[in-house]
Amino acid sequence: MGATGLDLLGMYRCMVRIRTFEEHILTEWRAGEVPGEVHLYSGEEAVAAGVIANLRVDDYVVSTHRGHGHVLAKGGDPARMMAEVFGRTGGYCRGKGGTMHMADATLGILGTNGIVGASLPIATGVGLYCQYMATDRVSVCFFGDGASNRGTFHESLDLASIWKLPVIYVCENNYYGMATSVEEHMNINDIAERAASYGIPGVVVDGNDVVAVHDAAAEAIIRARSGGGTTLIECKTWRHHGHFTADPAYYRDPDVHNEHLQRDPIIRCGALLLSQGLATKEALDAVHNEAIAEMNAAVEFSKNSPWPEEDELLVGLYAE
Amino acid sequence: MESKMMTFQAAAAEGVAQEMRRDPTVYCAGEEVSAHGQAYGVSGQGVFEEFGEKRVRNTPIIETAIVGHAVGAAAVGLRPVVELMFMDFLGICMDELANQAAKMHYMFAGQYKAPMVLRVSSGAVRPAGAHHSQSLEAWAAHVPGLKIVAPSTAADAKGLMITSIRDDNPVVFIEHRALLSVEGEVPAGDYTVPLGKARVTREGSDVTLVAWSAMVPTCLEAAGELAAEGIDAEVIDLRSLIPLDKEAILSSVAKTGKLVIAHEATRTNGFGAEIAAMVADEGFDLLKSPIRRVTAPDIPVPCSPALLKHFVPNAQKIRAAVITIS
Ligand SMILES: Cc1ncc(C[n+]2csc(CCOP(=O)(O)OP(=O)(O)O)c2C)c(N)n1
Ligand SMILES: [Mg+2]
Repeated sequence: MGATGLDLLGMYRCMVRIRTFEEHILTEWRAGEVPGEVHLYSGEEAVAAGVIANLRVDDYVVSTHRGHGHVLAKGGDPARMMAEVFGRTGGYCRGKGGTMHMADATLGILGTNGIVGASLPIATGVGLYCQYMATDRVSVCFFGDGASNRGTFHESLDLASIWKLPVIYVCENNYYGMATSVEEHMNINDIAERAASYGIPGVVVDGNDVVAVHDAAAEAIIRARSGGGTTLIECKTWRHHGHFTADPAYYRDPDVHNEHLQRDPIIRCGALLLSQGLATKEALDAVHNEAIAEMNAAVEFSKNSPWPEEDELLVGLYAE
Repeated sequence: MESKMMTFQAAAAEGVAQEMRRDPTVYCAGEEVSAHGQAYGVSGQGVFEEFGEKRVRNTPIIETAIVGHAVGAAAVGLRPVVELMFMDFLGICMDELANQAAKMHYMFAGQYKAPMVLRVSSGAVRPAGAHHSQSLEAWAAHVPGLKIVAPSTAADAKGLMITSIRDDNPVVFIEHRALLSVEGEVPAGDYTVPLGKARVTREGSDVTLVAWSAMVPTCLEAAGELAAEGIDAEVIDLRSLIPLDKEAILSSVAKTGKLVIAHEATRTNGFGAEIAAMVADEGFDLLKSPIRRVTAPDIPVPCSPALLKHFVPNAQKIRAAVITIS
């Protein structure tokens, strides 16, 4: 990692907020406060933080089932996110959506999504809007290694490539789709190789190195803003927890898991900040403490937020 | 007949395993069905250890090809038992199911057939949101050429599974998540249940309750409450929607004169509408009161448990519907 003139402390803060948000959810889930399963993003924070650090508020993000990190990084309010996970009226979607269906239209977040691979065509259409309206806005699409096998991936990259759309497809390769490893689900080493089929740049980055992610995304986004079209970025990363909250992930080799934990993106970024003299130990501690206070408040808000009432059930099927 | 207690899920797996032993052309495929995946999948349960990777095939997340490859394999001689982790993913493989599998035999004038089973898990059991909760049997029921099976007991899960695998047509086999862990006596050996034969689960004389899948136990619960109020409800478990056992429905309505249909799917164009229309067509004179449907409302499945509990029909709603015509 080499620090450029970027806001490394800002990305550090972003990652710490995501981690703290997720770990608070896990604690509450274990205490029985969270209805249903949650796909935690812990370990993959550098992808959301590094990519989205390059975005403006008027750019778009289309997310996945493992989407809390994307929403937070794009500016999502943790209290409203948490309340959505808790199924309360204070949530982004008044509890109707839940963890896999939270959106914030004011921030260009087109939602987390329950269907693997659904983000790709949607992000493609969002990219068309950005181009059609002659803006320099971009559409960023997150998806997993497992999703990259779906037809939606291939169809979307084809369309975006021939229309030269300002879409950045960001693959979060955490080496597993549920319990199925990448070796079992695809016959190539790097998902980025697939870019060649569509004649667009495909890059592989260390997805636990926030600077590397940032720089790769910066290049792709600058290109997209200036009419240079589509990029596929593959970020190699690792989820710290199971596929979802109840999954003990016994299918992963503990040694491999521990090796990956050594590459924790937050610890690496913290070490870089210290070694470059960009932050003091006290400043980093303050970041963590602020995040804990913020997420404690989000949990408090969610627990106190009222449950939706029955009269909410039929509201909002059609746009008026 | 010898029998033993087992869960719905284990009974379905036993049906698959028995057919795999009997017929080497039967194989399973789907997401997370093999070694590690049994925490999530249903096809793999109990069969992976015995049959291994050749016959229990783990796939990538590729529903289009899960169903599409099964059509081809079935057309030339295998008997695929393939799986969608959630019925909500039907949209991803609808062409393969509705335009390819379902039409093959008719279009090609009988030269090809598609003997395959598509296992799907359905239902809003835990708060999982709008993409992991639906009951979409009506989508499939609108496609001529498909058969649709939706058992409610462990014994039927086994008996209907074996029959579905032996059937020469594409069968959508619906396994409601609320039922998977429910236990029942399951006959051992080569136990088959014919498609298109409903079962009278509870005999009664005052009103006919028609249901399938997880709504059968809910109707039985409602029937219990109604009995305490002096209303004697008959509960019919359709077991398969296509073919539909019209005879069982009509002969029950001939006895009771009253019909209430309960399903977890949303209301408009739900399969209850087809049953109501059939009875209005063919049994109008048998009816002493309007037909009632108890269904989910016409909305996506909400995630919050506070809303979900109002979405899924329950025994109280079924009871209330019966009261309106009693
Ligand atoms: C179309 C579809 N198929 C299957 C599932 C069930 N499912 C949810 S997440 C998941 C694994 C996704 O793997 P990947 O794309 O690598 O993302 P990750 O979970 O690793 O972040 C699966 C199979 C789904 N939600 N949607
Ligand atoms: Mg993955």
